[in-house]
Amino acid sequence: MKKLMLGNEAFARGLYEAGCRVVSSYPGTPSTEITEEVAKYEEIYAEWAPNEKVAMETALGASIAGARAFCGMKHVGLNVAADPLYTAAYTGVNAGLVIAVADDQGMHSSQNEQDSRHHAIAAKVPMLEPSDSGECKDFVKLAFELSEQFDAPFIVRMSTRVAHSQSIVEKLDRQELPLKEYTKNPQKYVMMPAYAKGRHVFVEERTKKLVEYAETSPLNRTEISDKAEFGVITNGAAYQYVKEALGERASVLKLGMVNPLPVKLIQDFAARYEKIYVIEELDGIIEEHCRNIGVNNVEGKSVFGYIGELPQSVIAEKLLGEKKEFAALEDNIPVRPPVMCAGCPHRGLFYCLKKLGVTVSGDIGCYTLGAAAPLNAMDTTICMGASISGLHGFNKARGAEAEHSSVAVIGDSTFMHSGMTGLVNIAYNNSNSTVIILDNSITGMTGHQQNPTTGKNLKGDPAAAVNLEELCKAIGIKRVRVVDPYKLAETEAAIKEELAADEASVIISRRPCALLKYVKHNAPVVVDSDKCVGCKMCMKLGCPAISMKDGKAVIDHTQCVGCGICQEMCKIGAIK
Amino acid sequence: METKSIMIVGVGGQGSLLASRLLGNVLLAQGYDVKVSEVHGMSQRGGSVVTYVKYGEKVYSPVIEKGEADAVISFELLEAARCLPYLKKGGHLITSTQKIAPMPVITGAAEYPENLVEKLEAAGAELVAVDALSLAEQAGSPKASNVVLMGVLASRMNFPEELWQKAIEECVPPKFLELNKKAFELGKNA
Repeated sequence: MKKLMLGNEAFARGLYEAGCRVVSSYPGTPSTEITEEVAKYEEIYAEWAPNEKVAMETALGASIAGARAFCGMKHVGLNVAADPLYTAAYTGVNAGLVIAVADDQGMHSSQNEQDSRHHAIAAKVPMLEPSDSGECKDFVKLAFELSEQFDAPFIVRMSTRVAHSQSIVEKLDRQELPLKEYTKNPQKYVMMPAYAKGRHVFVEERTKKLVEYAETSPLNRTEISDKAEFGVITNGAAYQYVKEALGERASVLKLGMVNPLPVKLIQDFAARYEKIYVIEELDGIIEEHCRNIGVNNVEGKSVFGYIGELPQSVIAEKLLGEKKEFAALEDNIPVRPPVMCAGCPHRGLFYCLKKLGVTVSGDIGCYTLGAAAPLNAMDTTICMGASISGLHGFNKARGAEAEHSSVAVIGDSTFMHSGMTGLVNIAYNNSNSTVIILDNSITGMTGHQQNPTTGKNLKGDPAAAVNLEELCKAIGIKRVRVVDPYKLAETEAAIKEELAADEASVIISRRPCALLKYVKHNAPVVVDSDKCVGCKMCMKLGCPAISMKDGKAVIDHTQCVGCGICQEMCKIGAIK
Repeated sequence: METKSIMIVGVGGQGSLLASRLLGNVLLAQGYDVKVSEVHGMSQRGGSVVTYVKYGEKVYSPVIEKGEADAVISFELLEAARCLPYLKKGGHLITSTQKIAPMPVITGAAEYPENLVEKLEAAGAELVAVDALSLAEQAGSPKASNVVLMGVLASRMNFPEELWQKAIEECVPPKFLELNKKAFELGKNA
């Protein structure tokens, strides 16, 4: 049966059809839907792990135990999981192990634009890269076969466009595979120096065999055009842009296996044409490889650069000098940046932080939007967990004055991911830091995934829930308190008290995400326009439901969920 | 046949994903090669949301760029103006007349441009402006403006009615089916 599927959904279908049995992932745009979709298949055990390192170790454990296994993450998640990855390269697998890493060319939803191929090269792990949904499914199935054939974990590299574009996929049946036999084999699975030395020899031999495979693999495909003026070597999403922009004007070598890269295949293709363009998004890895193997008639990064996506218009303009005509209005069209939703529990908390003028060490999640106008209440955002450890360092550097005027903010899911260890450091190494956990009872930004604090697992069944208050106390934080961020006065008072205290403290700002289905909304509030004096106090909240019309505040009833914080802001009681 | 390109644009939370799914299913049932491209994650939080739908004999790039769209369907007036440059010369622009102020307008850092319907028409777009929000409320929920606009689009594409009906049944939860069918009908006759 043919169906339109997201690349991520097709990836999940591939896991199903390949007989995958164990899945452990951490959500991250644009990789999240692979695991959400795979959880719908009853035959597969699937879970959200607290972070990517735990997920990868879980999947590796399942592979060693004899089950085909998978873990998925976004590009920066692979940094967290790099430790197990680099040694899994040595142990290899028992049953097939496939890892998805989703890059975000153009940074649609990420804090950096790193190219994950570098991890594959450095770890000496093979990497495949599909360019549409059909290939996602096919490549995943082949990756399991190859993983077992070459005794290596296989990475399948996704990108935002491939992950989040739907194209046509043919559904097939699942291949049911029995568990492979598990036999104790310390030389292969105990990576202490004596055994690891032996495995490193194996890894180098394996890479040679993988290069041989890459020369003739169906993953790498040559499309020769009689009308070609030049040749193009490309991969992933860029292949689609190349075909759209150049059609028959170029012959194409499409590399579906991006690590290791073939040698002779590229040399032979390049010899056909005077000029070869390497069109790859982000870094110039294929281009450098070409030069390393003596293919010097290539050009790539000098034309296309290292930043963002390379859609058809860029290719057509750079190589053909063609530009599309279009109309535009003369008006300045105001930008529409993402904002915290109406009723978002983070809003009240950030308003208090802005009002108090404290330094805010931020983290990764919906609450990163607290950095935007009009709240502007964030000083730093680096990576998952860095809010807490970064604050500790900030306070160690600047001393008591900073300790009484700075906080860290971190979501419940991010705290479980890698915030806990930072809090241990605060308790253990004794900084008088104030940490605010924004507990909205869900992983919000990636679209509502359960996590170890929510009391439910990936499949929606009841699960053990971490008690954040008890956990923080057990870590060694004596001052732990809970506030409701819809209550501005209470929240502000709590922050002031904890900043003034002479020991470390944790404030849990607790209120479920307003978009959660079980959250009951109040009736929308209304502005009494006779009373409203147009002072714009309510506008300071940056609520998308509130705007000014003819000098008075108005509240959009389709957006307002009646959270009431604007009522608290209105000194003259004009909001009912 | 040459590949056709339709952009669906709006504000995060307006339901552009459902609209693109509907359209994608209709095109698939018509036997076309189809690609539908979405952006998830941060931009969904009240930001501009853009979905690309492309169909034809063989579709390569899932992305639509400036000067390439045969039609732009917009759930919000400012977004229609923002996406005007994506329209091909003589392309169709179907927009809701609903206005949602973006944060820079709310904070007073920018102004919402005036008379956008007239300006878009003057810029040469084949314009259809519909009060989709009122029609959706008439159907039973302001959230159904997306399906109202799909009705408007359907009335301008020559695909069999039953394909649209089947797509609605496939994409909408049963409890909202009647409401959405009504919204589609109101859009078709708008």
